[in-house]
Amino acid sequence: MRDLLSKTTVALKPSGIRKFFDVVSEMPDAISLGVGEPDFDTPWHIREEGIFSLEKGRTFYTSNSGLMDLRKEIAAYIGRKYNVEYKPNEEILITVGGSEGIDMAFRAMINPGDEVIIPQPSYVSYEPCARLAGATPVIIDLKAENDFRLTAEELKAAITDKTKILVLPFPNNPTGAVMELKDLEALLPIIIENDIYVLSDEIYAELTYTDSGHVSIASLPGMKERTILINGFSKAYAMTGWRLGYACGPKEIISQMTKIHQYAIMCAPTTSQYAAIEALRNGDDDVAEMRDAYNQRRRFLINTFKRLDLPCFEPFGAFYIFPCIKKFGMTSDEFATRLLMEEKVAVVPGTAFGDSGEGFLRISYAYSMEALKEALGRIESFISRLQ
Amino acid sequence: MREQILRVLEKNSRIGVDELAIRIGATEIDVANEIKAMEEEGVICGYHTLIDWEKTSIETVSALIEVTVTPQRGQGFDVIAERIYNYPEVQAVYLMSSGYDLLVNMEGKTLKEVASFVSDKLSTLDSVVGTATHFVLKKYKDHGTILAKKNKDEREKFVL
Repeated sequence: MRDLLSKTTVALKPSGIRKFFDVVSEMPDAISLGVGEPDFDTPWHIREEGIFSLEKGRTFYTSNSGLMDLRKEIAAYIGRKYNVEYKPNEEILITVGGSEGIDMAFRAMINPGDEVIIPQPSYVSYEPCARLAGATPVIIDLKAENDFRLTAEELKAAITDKTKILVLPFPNNPTGAVMELKDLEALLPIIIENDIYVLSDEIYAELTYTDSGHVSIASLPGMKERTILINGFSKAYAMTGWRLGYACGPKEIISQMTKIHQYAIMCAPTTSQYAAIEALRNGDDDVAEMRDAYNQRRRFLINTFKRLDLPCFEPFGAFYIFPCIKKFGMTSDEFATRLLMEEKVAVVPGTAFGDSGEGFLRISYAYSMEALKEALGRIESFISRLQ
Repeated sequence: MREQILRVLEKNSRIGVDELAIRIGATEIDVANEIKAMEEEGVICGYHTLIDWEKTSIETVSALIEVTVTPQRGQGFDVIAERIYNYPEVQAVYLMSSGYDLLVNMEGKTLKEVASFVSDKLSTLDSVVGTATHFVLKKYKDHGTILAKKNKDEREKFVL
């Protein structure tokens, strides 16, 4: 039984919230603000299309890359929303959620010793996926004073001659930060000069609350050929359980990703693919309605934190707010644990998303206003006891 | 701003001006003025509560009545519609595009009450030439709200 397990796998850090999960599941009256998925049901017309495809007996595999009709709709969607043109036959791969695209992109591009720059706080899968692919992760600790945006100076300082990929996780989970056009433009010369590829995880693109909306780095001059754009249906259309995403990029990369995908996955779920076609064809209003609801909750939370004098930069993306709790002299973990034990409100310590999340909490607003009000009331009484 | 206010109020007319202002990112004074203006202009016609009477001990009967009428010269359907909608037991009156002319939604305490309204009042109006009464057996959804809804959050408690 020697060498039963992969050393690389064993060395990966386990998820930092297991203990919270165990406590919360024993606490029936706890309110959780810890969920990173929409509270809405998938719009009915999309669900119905999935049901219809089952009724019609469309229960076979699709092509490895995914249904051509779906890839065409994705190409049209990315073209009209983000101003990038992709060829459906060779530049798009339908994946099992955005997560698979991240994994496949690393595996298709990484050689041993290559460095992947990962700005943190950010979603938990980049670092382990990069490690599993044999890369060396290089972490950039994003700063609250920059509203957790990535700056040119930070990027420059992280680049070495081994740098291969920059992960660009915006709109960001857990901070809610976005990168606007000017922020992306500042990075451009550095990226191109150093011949770096960008893995742009834009899964929250539709949930952007700036007036100009989300800007994809792939739309900037010279960037399409060095960007792998990851997106999907989970957040925009409230379709997390359908497990459907996609990767768009240069055909050389997409074809290698498709090869791994073919061996590891075969194809993304067929029912979900049919439902997704409907989502792209007729789902714009649903997206707008959900975005509007999130935006109202976002404003409500910002306002409440302001009233409670809890420092917090204004997040313009995703459905998270990332208040700073340093003034209470506790770690994120201590604060979150006490909040759970004393007020039965579950939030995620910022450290679950990287060391630079210390001193912050991720609060999800993918909850009804009623739940948010109740939870915020409890947070208020917790804070007032501390002061 | 008007549309945003209306969209929120349509779902929750009890919301305070303060919260409404926060949610749409406007000032309280602007929101209050806008609501007042819309009330005066008749854009906002009332604030109602959606009640599922089935869940109470109060008996109600709801009926949809198709009414065929002879329109009056020079006045079209408006005069007869007015005669009908002035009855307090009438909840709604719509002019329809085909098949019949007016659709009348009526609420009564008993079946008998609805029946006597139709036979004594509605049918005897001069320009009414025919009626067809449909009783509502169950309301599944009303005013965009599903009445028999389970509201349980079945998501995992933590998802990163």
